[in-house]
Amino acid sequence: MEWKELQAALAEQSYIASEELVVAIQLALSLERPLLLEGSAGVGKTELARALSQAQSTKLIRLQCYEGLDSAQSIYEWNYQRQLISIRAAADDGVSREQIEKHVFSKDFLLERPLLMSITQDKSPVLLIDEIDRADEEFEAFLLEILSDYQVSIPELGTINSVTKPIVILTSNGTRDLSDALRRRCLYSYVEYPDRTTEIEILKARQPNIDFLLACQIIDFVQKLRKEDLEKTPGIAEMLDFSAALIGLGVNDLSHDPEILQSAMTTLLKTKTDQWNITTEVAQRLAGQAA
Amino acid sequence: MSRISKFAARDTGPSARIVGFFSHLRFNNLKLGVSEVETALTILDQINMSDPFEVRRSLKPLCVGNLDESRRFEDLFDSYWMDSGRVKQKVIPNGNVPNEKEMVSEVGDKAIDNSDSSSGAPSEPDEGTAILNDQREGELVAVEEASKMQKDLREFVTNQEIDDAMEVAIRIGKALRDKRSRRLVSSKKGQVLDFRKTIRRSLSTGGDPFKLINKSKPDRPKRIVALCDVSGSMNVYSKIFLAFLSALMRNDQNTDAYLFHTELVRVTDALKDENTGRSMEKLSLLANGFGGGSRIGYSIKKFSRTYARRFVNSRSVIIILSDGYDSNNVNDLVEALANLKKRGCKIIWLNPLKGWKDYAPVTASMAASLPYLDLFSAANTLNDLAALDEELEKL
Repeated sequence: MEWKELQAALAEQSYIASEELVVAIQLALSLERPLLLEGSAGVGKTELARALSQAQSTKLIRLQCYEGLDSAQSIYEWNYQRQLISIRAAADDGVSREQIEKHVFSKDFLLERPLLMSITQDKSPVLLIDEIDRADEEFEAFLLEILSDYQVSIPELGTINSVTKPIVILTSNGTRDLSDALRRRCLYSYVEYPDRTTEIEILKARQPNIDFLLACQIIDFVQKLRKEDLEKTPGIAEMLDFSAALIGLGVNDLSHDPEILQSAMTTLLKTKTDQWNITTEVAQRLAGQAA
Repeated sequence: MSRISKFAARDTGPSARIVGFFSHLRFNNLKLGVSEVETALTILDQINMSDPFEVRRSLKPLCVGNLDESRRFEDLFDSYWMDSGRVKQKVIPNGNVPNEKEMVSEVGDKAIDNSDSSSGAPSEPDEGTAILNDQREGELVAVEEASKMQKDLREFVTNQEIDDAMEVAIRIGKALRDKRSRRLVSSKKGQVLDFRKTIRRSLSTGGDPFKLINKSKPDRPKRIVALCDVSGSMNVYSKIFLAFLSALMRNDQNTDAYLFHTELVRVTDALKDENTGRSMEKLSLLANGFGGGSRIGYSIKKFSRTYARRFVNSRSVIIILSDGYDSNNVNDLVEALANLKKRGCKIIWLNPLKGWKDYAPVTASMAASLPYLDLFSAANTLNDLAALDEELEKL
């Protein structure tokens, strides 16, 4: 598939991706390499994985990383309770020890976690490893192994080789520096906030009925707001909430009613200081410039 | 595309040029191995090679690994393939890593080449990908050539001084870092039985504690974040501090370092370089404006707004090395320190002037920031720094 086709396929899933990003995804697909996405919170990194899985009509398997994530939660775990029940039942039936052992360590008793699940699918799924920077460094090292071989060894069962290679997308918000080894394994793309035209397209894709003038106003307003000195810069999701709020409130013109605008701003400003700093006057000034 | 570089006739062909391109990237500190070259050739096979923009777009995800590299890549690509650029090193595959001397001349050459090219028409091919950034590789290098007045840090800090500083840094690092918690958390190597977790775990085995879980006192390493003032007024002391910084960095790779004058620059990567000469070379490129005015408030505020969000938490110790002479508004500094404090970190301010007799922190910025500091201490020489470790342990 050419990257332009991929871009169109993503657009059908209402995901408007920049050229650079689409080329990176296209390469990740053709080279079967993981893709590492970095960027500020709210630029649509996670959303990309969802859109990609829909565009490829395949499954999305998500692994949310956090401090203390280990192999039991990310690869596999034995279903202990079921094994116990099975052993009890088998003991009553007088089955031999070897048979029981073989039985309880079979795939029926294996709880597949995202990483194992992703290599045992019939069709390559999209494996989203979200916020990899939150996981410990040990987990990162261990992930390296899986990402290079796509196989998992389970002592009781043996090695499980991948049926299909998953399309791996890693995202990071940069809470810590990732290791060079991991970066080397992956293709890399930095996702920036979209420019004006792209963001208007995004808004139109998500809110097809929106008035074009209002859409332009909203985007100008939000982009101006991003340049203000804020603790938490509003992302695309916030922008979409904001426009949904405005549509819900029946607003046609941003600078029309300061009070309504101010109340809709709660969807954009998520900290007390930010709400304090962007007063009605400031909001009106920005809206005035946007109009 | 009249601006595409012409290669010498003796050049052996496209793959040699790609190899040359990759060594060009490696010279500019992009971490690329042999397998990347191989992958690059595979990629080129799949795309329309005659379109330079498509080539650039396609090689980018492969070659870059972080934001900084991602922003520099386009300039690096253009300086090799376009801009009527001269090929700066032999395009014949050459596996040798350049020694330090070559590195230095390499940077010089690039500077000249870049200044040449910048006199022509801009070669930015697509406005769509224009990136608003003031630290592009090309410009950075050109600046070095343009301002010979700038202090060269290699003359500034010698190897011997770094060695001396190393000893101090190890002690300070130890005093700051090796904090052990009194609390016990479960761990494989622990000596004490973790009853609560063992019992919880035993539920899955019908109440029989098959697996015993132990606990121990965890290490709670503190992460050092150093911000060093390199403005004119700090000239005399910057030398010691820089040596101290690089020693800190080599002692503990998790240390984070920044320089500030009128701007804030992250120098962590530059200082990590084992090769002192090259590390200082990089620093002098980064510290453009070194020895000029200082905007402490602005710089610290910028730090608290950007890097601190990612790298500072309750386990961080921020060391500010500055004399507190600020040409900026005090409010910025106070706001920034308050913000940093909210993240739960410790803030240490080392002021060389404090060692002076009769010194009182009366400058507006110093006076205003005192309430936010966990330690305010003198530091003009390495010995002063060495004497700090007891104080730091108390923090």
